Amino acid sequence: MENSVEQPQVDANDHKVQSNRVSITLTVNGKVVNKAVEPRMLLSDFLREELDLTGTHLGCEHGVCGACTIIMNNESIRSCLMFAVQADGYDIKTVESLATNEGTLNGLQEAFSTHHALQCGFCTPGFLMTLTDYLDKNPSPTREEVREVISGNLCRCTGYSNIVDAVMDYTKNRSM
Amino acid sequence: MSNFIGKNVRRKEDHRLLSGNGEFVADIKMADSHEAAFLRSTHAHAKIKKIDTTQAKELEGVAAVLTGNDIKGLIEPFKFFKEFGETPPNAEEINLMTQVASKELLASEKVLYVGHPIAVVVAENRYVAEDALELIEVDYEPLPAVVNPEKAVENDSPLVHENIKNNVHTSFEVVVGDFQKAASEADQVLQTEIKFPRIHCNPLETRGILSNYNRRRDELTVYTSTQIPFVVKNYLVSMLGLIEENVRVIAPDVGGGFGPKGGVYPEEILVSYLSIQLNKPVRWVEDRVEHLQATRHSRDQLHKVEVAFNDNGDILGLKDNYILDSGCMNYFNLTCAYNTAAHMRGLFKIPHYEANARIVLTNKTPNVPYRGAGRPEAVFTMDRVLYLVAEKLGMDMVDVIKKNLIRAEEMPYDQGFYYKDGGKVVYDSGNYPEALEKVLEISEYEKYKKVKEEKKDDTKSIGIGISSYVEGTGTGPFEGAVVKLDGSGKIIASAGASPQGQSHETTLAQIVADQFNVDPTDVLIRVGDTGALPHGAGTFASRSAVNAGSALYEASQIMKEKLLRLAADELSDTIDNVTLKDGEVKSKNGKSISFRKLAQLAKPIPLFKAKRNVEPDLEGTYYFFPPTVTYSSSFHVAVVEVDKKTGKFDIIDYSIVHDSGKIINPKIVEGQIQGGIAQGIGQSVYEELVYDENGQLISGTYMDYLLPTSMEIPKVRMDHQEYLSTRNPLGIKGVGEGGAISPPAALANAVSDALSPLTINLNQLPISPSNLRSLILKAEKNEKAKREGAVHEG
Repeated sequence: MENSVEQPQVDANDHKVQSNRVSITLTVNGKVVNKAVEPRMLLSDFLREELDLTGTHLGCEHGVCGACTIIMNNESIRSCLMFAVQADGYDIKTVESLATNEGTLNGLQEAFSTHHALQCGFCTPGFLMTLTDYLDKNPSPTREEVREVISGNLCRCTGYSNIVDAVMDYTKNRSM
Repeated sequence: MSNFIGKNVRRKEDHRLLSGNGEFVADIKMADSHEAAFLRSTHAHAKIKKIDTTQAKELEGVAAVLTGNDIKGLIEPFKFFKEFGETPPNAEEINLMTQVASKELLASEKVLYVGHPIAVVVAENRYVAEDALELIEVDYEPLPAVVNPEKAVENDSPLVHENIKNNVHTSFEVVVGDFQKAASEADQVLQTEIKFPRIHCNPLETRGILSNYNRRRDELTVYTSTQIPFVVKNYLVSMLGLIEENVRVIAPDVGGGFGPKGGVYPEEILVSYLSIQLNKPVRWVEDRVEHLQATRHSRDQLHKVEVAFNDNGDILGLKDNYILDSGCMNYFNLTCAYNTAAHMRGLFKIPHYEANARIVLTNKTPNVPYRGAGRPEAVFTMDRVLYLVAEKLGMDMVDVIKKNLIRAEEMPYDQGFYYKDGGKVVYDSGNYPEALEKVLEISEYEKYKKVKEEKKDDTKSIGIGISSYVEGTGTGPFEGAVVKLDGSGKIIASAGASPQGQSHETTLAQIVADQFNVDPTDVLIRVGDTGALPHGAGTFASRSAVNAGSALYEASQIMKEKLLRLAADELSDTIDNVTLKDGEVKSKNGKSISFRKLAQLAKPIPLFKAKRNVEPDLEGTYYFFPPTVTYSSSFHVAVVEVDKKTGKFDIIDYSIVHDSGKIINPKIVEGQIQGGIAQGIGQSVYEELVYDENGQLISGTYMDYLLPTSMEIPKVRMDHQEYLSTRNPLGIKGVGEGGAISPPAALANAVSDALSPLTINLNQLPISPSNLRSLILKAEKNEKAKREGAVHEG
């Protein structure tokens, strides 16, 4: 993918010299977005600060906790380990894409609530995105498989078992 | 009336958190918001010779650079948090010796730990702010670091603070009966050392602050990821010289707390100061590496304990000398160290008891109470001691427990000294023998004992470990509540306790809903906002359901009385003849009136009928002051399989029986327990903050500091008891911390049991494969030497 590098320019409003910004175009939750960003801007910061999609959380910023997990071209990834410019041309889904525009939760989200699979809720978007990607590809996992797939996401509140219960219940109900 | 208390009401918090619409501090946006970043010490102990900020100030996009010299005389240093225990009422009795250390908010003369803030930059965004940090030059003159707390108290140790002699900040002793006499009369006395390491609490959301000063109105609004917005407000007011009424502190959605967000931090004061100076919103969001250094640490106790017992298993006395390594400050006074002393004997009758505690300062991050706050340390010590006694006597540990357990008919049970709130340590209710029977049943203790014998082979073996505790919960001194009827007919209930995942919006709504016979969806809970009511404390110490729940219960009665009186008047009936149902007040005469109508009627405008004998607003305010804490209790049983060759063990099963008094929402209670146990397992097996001899933090990222994942945490078997507290109207006891208290002891006992008859001294944590493997090797070597010695002798 070719990035068009803009030359440094004076912003007419505040007379500041802008650093080299790179124009990127990507699809986020079904909408095409075009922005000029600094090459060093993290994808996670881009989503949160530029697009106001603050459901993607930052727990460690070194790729361990999984709170910033999003789906990019049908793969769950950690948005804190990528620059926004690397996402140019990609299709991205964040937690905000899961419920309907009217606010109706999807089946997995419902199951999380029913099974008390979240407490403070800070890690929850990361779990939901990890699981959304995984369950798309593996609709009927075993309990052990679910434990393994979420082992890359840290939760400090729930002790995980209710998350596993929620997934098992959701996949069972979905297949009926 | 109890339609909702005790039911699994769906959480009100879930929808926003599941749909990405939660509002954590870092999610809040304000126009012209600037970001702060902190420069932190890279030395554990050093003099600051010079700080040069010239280049940083010149960087484009930087709005301010602040150092300690800029605020000298303007902002006082931190000393200790008086909210967490000034001198206790029994200071003389416990021979309390304490001194006052102080720590600059930004170090200008001397740094005291790696992570100590030295300067703060405010810039147009975090990227620029961090660029500016790189341009600040600090000239350090390193000093010898105080790292080992045992050496810190020796006469030749360097001092963390010049005025704190021998680095002993605080010491006290608790004496019940006469240990020496017990020791001289007992069949046996056993001595051992037990260490609980320094760990980090790690809420998944780091700290964050957004301060917004409005110069025209002289108003400061601070969003902060805290457990105690009211306390933060008090410190902002007093340290920055502000008008109380003009400061509002809001804890929005908070991504876990567990203790460390239960204190005021320099960053909260400094970011707010900068917002006032710059007249702009200023935001600071901590990163994780910073969090591991600069957000307060916990535990870190070393116990030297003696136990006097008879050959039949009766424990006569316990003596415990312990050190708490508090890092470079003791902000929370006696909190953890006294909790340890107060909970040491747990649910046992040990007539002679002596505790000598020293809180020692070192060049490390300051300590904070963390989930359990001194109790896991006490329980790890006590239950390891019980294990060792049982081992020595060749008894099953369960039988030693039974010999010494407080019996149901002995409740309320007086432990013979005072809690730190001044109340006597008297367990209010409970049935411990029943709890023991229940936990043996649900954990299939007898079955696993058989499995253990059958499955023993050269490499893998099964072990069963047990642990128990009582927990003083619902610490006062108070919590506030305001309940009022909104013009919409909904009930607005505000409380001072503010959640970090504990589901206050749901459980507190259940309590209020039952008082008015409405659905919890008709009750709006306002928490985490100092604007919602005049006084409050916060959420820590398993206190919210007890204190805020009770305050809301009482405030509801006050409001209900007003509501019924107005309704009776309106329905031309007497107050005894009206009842609440479905958001209406119904009279026996068949007439009814809605809450909404009543709310309208009560308003003084536009046509308030003066003849009506009611106050203009339907509102009740109540401040609940518990007489002292109320005692939850629990038994845990862990079953493990240990691989001797690798030192790794798996948790096969984990069971708990818990008494937390009246249960408001079973699913939420169980969630608290499961989550607490997960944290307890983490600190038993994986977690440790390791410092080198220079005071450098070695395990300072998530690559080195391991947290348990879904693969390590089993689904816990649970059963409950509901022995009501006698110290609040609904009989509630606290449950938030309990789960985390017993896992270290239960797991250490289980692993020891699995390896027996090999005697490993599993008296320290974490029980990581490498630590366990080296203990096994050592024990095997000892055994071999013993055997060979025996052969030679023979």
